[in-house]
Amino acid sequence: MAYPHSSSLGARLLGVAASLAFALVAGAGAHAADEEDIWPALQKDLFAERSVVEDPSAVVLEAPYRAEDAALVPLTIRIPSTASAKKLFLVIDKNPAPLVADFTFGPAAGAGERVLETRVRVDMYSNIRAIIETGDGRLLMATKFVKAAGGCSAPALKDTDAALAEAGKMQIKHLAATGDGQREGQIKIRHPQYSGLQLNQATGYYIPAKFLRVIDVARDGERVFRMEGGISLSENPNIRFTYAAGGEDMLEVTAEDTDGKIFKGQAGPKGS
Amino acid sequence: MPLRRDLATDRRSLLRTAGAFAALASAFPATARKAMAEAADASSPFVAEIAPGVYTHKGQIAEYAPGNEGDIANAGFIVGRDAVAVVDTGGSMRVGARLRAAIRSVTPLPIRYVINTHMHPDHVFGNAAFEPDQPAFVGHHKLARGLSARAERYIAINKEALGEEAFAGTKIVLPTLAISEATTLDLGGRTIALEPQKTAHTDNDLVIRDVESGTLFLGDLVFAEHCPTLDGSILGWQAVLDHLTQTAAPRAVPGHGPASMAWPDAARPLQHYLKVVTDEIRVLIKDNRTLSDATATVGLSERNAWQLFQEYHARNVSAAFAELEWE
Ligand SMILES: [Zn+2]
Repeated sequence: MAYPHSSSLGARLLGVAASLAFALVAGAGAHAADEEDIWPALQKDLFAERSVVEDPSAVVLEAPYRAEDAALVPLTIRIPSTASAKKLFLVIDKNPAPLVADFTFGPAAGAGERVLETRVRVDMYSNIRAIIETGDGRLLMATKFVKAAGGCSAPALKDTDAALAEAGKMQIKHLAATGDGQREGQIKIRHPQYSGLQLNQATGYYIPAKFLRVIDVARDGERVFRMEGGISLSENPNIRFTYAAGGEDMLEVTAEDTDGKIFKGQAGPKGS
Repeated sequence: MPLRRDLATDRRSLLRTAGAFAALASAFPATARKAMAEAADASSPFVAEIAPGVYTHKGQIAEYAPGNEGDIANAGFIVGRDAVAVVDTGGSMRVGARLRAAIRSVTPLPIRYVINTHMHPDHVFGNAAFEPDQPAFVGHHKLARGLSARAERYIAINKEALGEEAFAGTKIVLPTLAISEATTLDLGGRTIALEPQKTAHTDNDLVIRDVESGTLFLGDLVFAEHCPTLDGSILGWQAVLDHLTQTAAPRAVPGHGPASMAWPDAARPLQHYLKVVTDEIRVLIKDNRTLSDATATVGLSERNAWQLFQEYHARNVSAAFAELEWE
């Protein structure tokens, strides 16, 4: 990985930071530690001494100010064609696992405007950040404050039985072209995304974390992006993304969860 | 781990408070208790008799707030020859205690069953008030699982919304009798029919029918006045309503709204709401529009049909979209 002290740090930030996580759940009301700015410490954990600069010309983050459902908060990230991003980090400051995901773009991400949309869990009122790493190693950021609470500990799945029965099911869709020679696709993967903060209904113990660790997306064999994610990505992960038009426009998706289960799918524009 | 300790303390203190309250209640002389029930009656009767031996209480159309003490859902009871069955218990220990006092102002018969229509706090948080009666607590076989998973969060949120005082004594009391198939209960010459439903408003909705009067207690399978809330499956809910509305009944008690309504007419506005939301979301999904598009635009024609629309509607759309995009 490109950023310093990567793997153990990544695991810690993506996974469940034990006692901190529990403390945050305890403050299930949205207010605990509201005023505290934890970003400086978080920035240091993520990027060491590198500076991170707010730059609306390099990355735009759209998020609802007040989320309807804290377990399903839609985020849209727009990266103008001029930004030459090679990575994208999504961070929710006050989540038990603040690093939602990092995306590493491949050649098939294309040179035009990149738009990426997904859904996250928000555990308490928090700043949400989209940070890109440019080709020349700068870290540029967009920040949005979102009012939502309880998304990480919200019980999995409104219909527990139905959803578990379908885990691993994948849908890949081609959407309309977005201009700039870019096209748009969407992937949906059924997965409970257990956060480790949800109680097992029968036993009273916490359900162990189990979530999609990696989602790798390629177009005609060339990488669009590789996402390494954690527990803050909503259940049934859903990602809309732009990619550069290719010959066949065959989209191939490989996902792996923390149990090592691999899920694969592919689809051409006609849904082959 | 601070949380575990905090919650343990919390639970212990709740237990202590509930215990103290129960002890206090049973220590009251009967005359004093009767006076309390009558005092409550004097201002405005807590329950109305909607059919012989069938009583219901209309909760306020509101969210949890200190001023309403969690009295925001309908509840009721049925009196047989030998015993009483309670259907839902209100949103706090206090509301449960008021319902219990109302029962005692009507009959001294033992309270044999406390039935919960589903897991939501405004319907089950008064259960603790009935523990001294040692009834069977009755619910859909998935209620215990659903409520346990949400217990900590429900307690934290609703305690904060009500305030310590109005919340005092409230705790989770899970079913002791789990209903997984059509079942009848006997109150002595009076049969109560229970029918667990597939996922609809929640994944643990139970339909309760007093066979003698034909009265249906539908819990939140039916909303009136109060904006519906979706915590199960929008398609499943419509299927359950399609089925239930095929058979007329003399009256039905919704989870929110009037204490008694005509059936199946009572379901029509809700069925319309669910259909509008489903139809509009399907169009958006077909056009490859997003979840954000949906919460901003879907179902707005229903805005004036429901109270608390702002509080609940967009969230329903969000949940329905996440369900329907997998069709
Ligand atoms: Zn309900």
